[in-house]
Amino acid sequence: MKPVIDAFQDNARAAIADSKLQDALARLAHGFPEKRRAAIGRLPEFDALRDAARDLKNHTLDHLDFYLERFEEKVVEAGGTVHWARDADEAQEIIVGLCKDAGARTVTKSKSMIGEEIAINDHLEAAGIVPVETDMGEYIIQLRHEPPSHLIAPAIHLSIGQVEDAFRDNHTHLAHERSLEEPRALLDEARVILRERFIAADVGITGANMLVAETGSLVIVTNEGNADLTMTLPRTHIAVASIEKVVPTLEDAATILRVLARSATGQDMSVYTSIVTGPKRSDDLDGPENFHVVLLDGGRAAMLGRPVREMLRCIRCAACLNHCPVYKSVGGHAYGWVYSGPMGAALVPNLLGIHNARALPHASTLCGTCEDVCPVRIPLPKLLRLLRTRDFMTRSFTAPDKLALRLWAFAAKRPALYRAVTGALSALLGGKGHYRRLPFVGGWTRSRDLPAPARRSFLRQWSLRGKNDR
Amino acid sequence: MMSQPPPSGSPRVGLFVTCLVDLMRPAVGFAAVKLLQDAGCAVSVPSAQTCCGQPAYNSGDPADARAIARTAIEAFEGFDYVVAPSGSCAGMLKLHYPELFKNDPAWKARSENLAVRTHELLSFLVDVMRYEPEDVSLIARATYHDGCSGLRELGVKKQPRALLARVKNLDVIEAAEAETCCGFGGLFCVKYPDVSTHIVDAKIDDAVKTGASLLLGGDLGCLLNIDGRLRRRGIDMTVRHAAEVLAAMPESKPESKSESEDDAA
Repeated sequence: MKPVIDAFQDNARAAIADSKLQDALARLAHGFPEKRRAAIGRLPEFDALRDAARDLKNHTLDHLDFYLERFEEKVVEAGGTVHWARDADEAQEIIVGLCKDAGARTVTKSKSMIGEEIAINDHLEAAGIVPVETDMGEYIIQLRHEPPSHLIAPAIHLSIGQVEDAFRDNHTHLAHERSLEEPRALLDEARVILRERFIAADVGITGANMLVAETGSLVIVTNEGNADLTMTLPRTHIAVASIEKVVPTLEDAATILRVLARSATGQDMSVYTSIVTGPKRSDDLDGPENFHVVLLDGGRAAMLGRPVREMLRCIRCAACLNHCPVYKSVGGHAYGWVYSGPMGAALVPNLLGIHNARALPHASTLCGTCEDVCPVRIPLPKLLRLLRTRDFMTRSFTAPDKLALRLWAFAAKRPALYRAVTGALSALLGGKGHYRRLPFVGGWTRSRDLPAPARRSFLRQWSLRGKNDR
Repeated sequence: MMSQPPPSGSPRVGLFVTCLVDLMRPAVGFAAVKLLQDAGCAVSVPSAQTCCGQPAYNSGDPADARAIARTAIEAFEGFDYVVAPSGSCAGMLKLHYPELFKNDPAWKARSENLAVRTHELLSFLVDVMRYEPEDVSLIARATYHDGCSGLRELGVKKQPRALLARVKNLDVIEAAEAETCCGFGGLFCVKYPDVSTHIVDAKIDDAVKTGASLLLGGDLGCLLNIDGRLRRRGIDMTVRHAAEVLAAMPESKPESKSESEDDAA
């Protein structure tokens, strides 16, 4: 999917006016946060685990080259191959090439945000290969030709009626009278279709929640078991992951797992947690003959030496989305690409360049809830502020909002001048009532009354009373 | 924090008025002065203060934020304590000034010196001065909105409730989403007005559910946002800074302006 981020303002307005989307977001707003609260309430050491998770991710980032090379060695030892992709183009080329080598016509896929980031389905289709998403949410949005609106619940923006419509539009064999109103009926229908695809697939593509350096293993969590069928049934398994997903040991992976599902869905563990290492061995009953891992940089290595490095700790749990008042108002699509919410606002400008994502760092009230719930303690408000600085520094001096801010700051640095300006404002606008319209502050008065400033500011009244002060 | 006895003698307190209180609602400033004096402080108001610099800081303009911070640091040197009737501005002085000057040793030291002396008003009254309001009464059913910076940066949560619990005849009903952002966010509210309005509508709906006719808070930014939206929606709920209630300031409820008058009465 091509990013279209500068439309955030319009997207947000449309999202707020979309009553079906608002119903879906209202369900989300209570579901995940309440379950998370209950799950961490049952685990007194949760905050200590967050510290441990943060520290182990920091340690890994400090020695990222070492752990990635160790991971590659171990994958090769197990009989697999690691491919390094500098950017999305290289990753697409590698994956499409591997699929062609395997003579693939059908490719099953389990959910992968990196797959979304590199738009792998589009490139497979262009090469005449049929990609089939096997995660229920991803399957639905694939039918609808749209990007995920949430990290772990990609179709969270849809009502069941919209899902039914997508099924009827695509599953043309469906009898008109067959009821699909119950989620169960939709699941059964998807299961029948997907079962055929699982068996027909020549290649299975998965993501990876973690890469374990000491063993060369992938850790993959799902709630549907679809990743297991995706990677064990076809002859070739290709996993695609970004470089910061590596952790040193299985023990470390366990630490991350303990905070991941609790932060995401409020489960103690996801239903399936699979650890896979290399291709099928001679005495294995099943598994792929070929095992490939495609590691994507995609702008991440360039983040390492900078304060934004902290963003590379992110484990994609979506707790920051689930608790963000902005995300809960507009949903994921408003953010214009595959990552949304506070983590998207902080990550995307680093991956795509600030000039392609200027709207995002400002799409936050900096309320701090995201940082409060982050399982790896990413200081998201601080990172958003740093990106705002990058935006400010790279914009023309004459941009109206920048000019207004500089003028205000010019006065705020000079107390006497500032007094004169506020005095003039009071004289001009001061009083007791409220404005319903006022030039220059339409952003406020379009939906809110604005009280008139005091006729005399506090400091003016204080000095008139002959009180001290210096 | 709770184990410290209140300071002996009259601590010298510099009031950081905040730009919004100064220009929009001076009554909050006078309420703060009264409460601090009642609590035994000698209050001064340095005239060389303007704003904490947060609009620049949060807009990605740290150079201007630093310049504004320097004027504040200079204006408030020498006080035992610096107190602001806002968690947001107090958080700026206390947490973000040292961050702004982290590469400037001399100013970093001065900003840290300011930071340790800086407090949000309501938490200062409780935690430092052990102040307990006497003989304040207000017949009302109220709910309290936790401003984000005060709550999450400074841990202000129990203190305003402890103070309000001593106001006779005042019922404080907790809203389910008291800790959720009101959508103000400084310049966010004019940069993304549709999103901001959507968020404040949810805040208002949540507050209305408590049956309260009075919404209290400790940050004028949030309160102006909530009040402005309440008025536009025609909902009869009064919005006040908690300090105004605690200091028994008379309520100056202005008449709502009718229709589209551009003029303030």
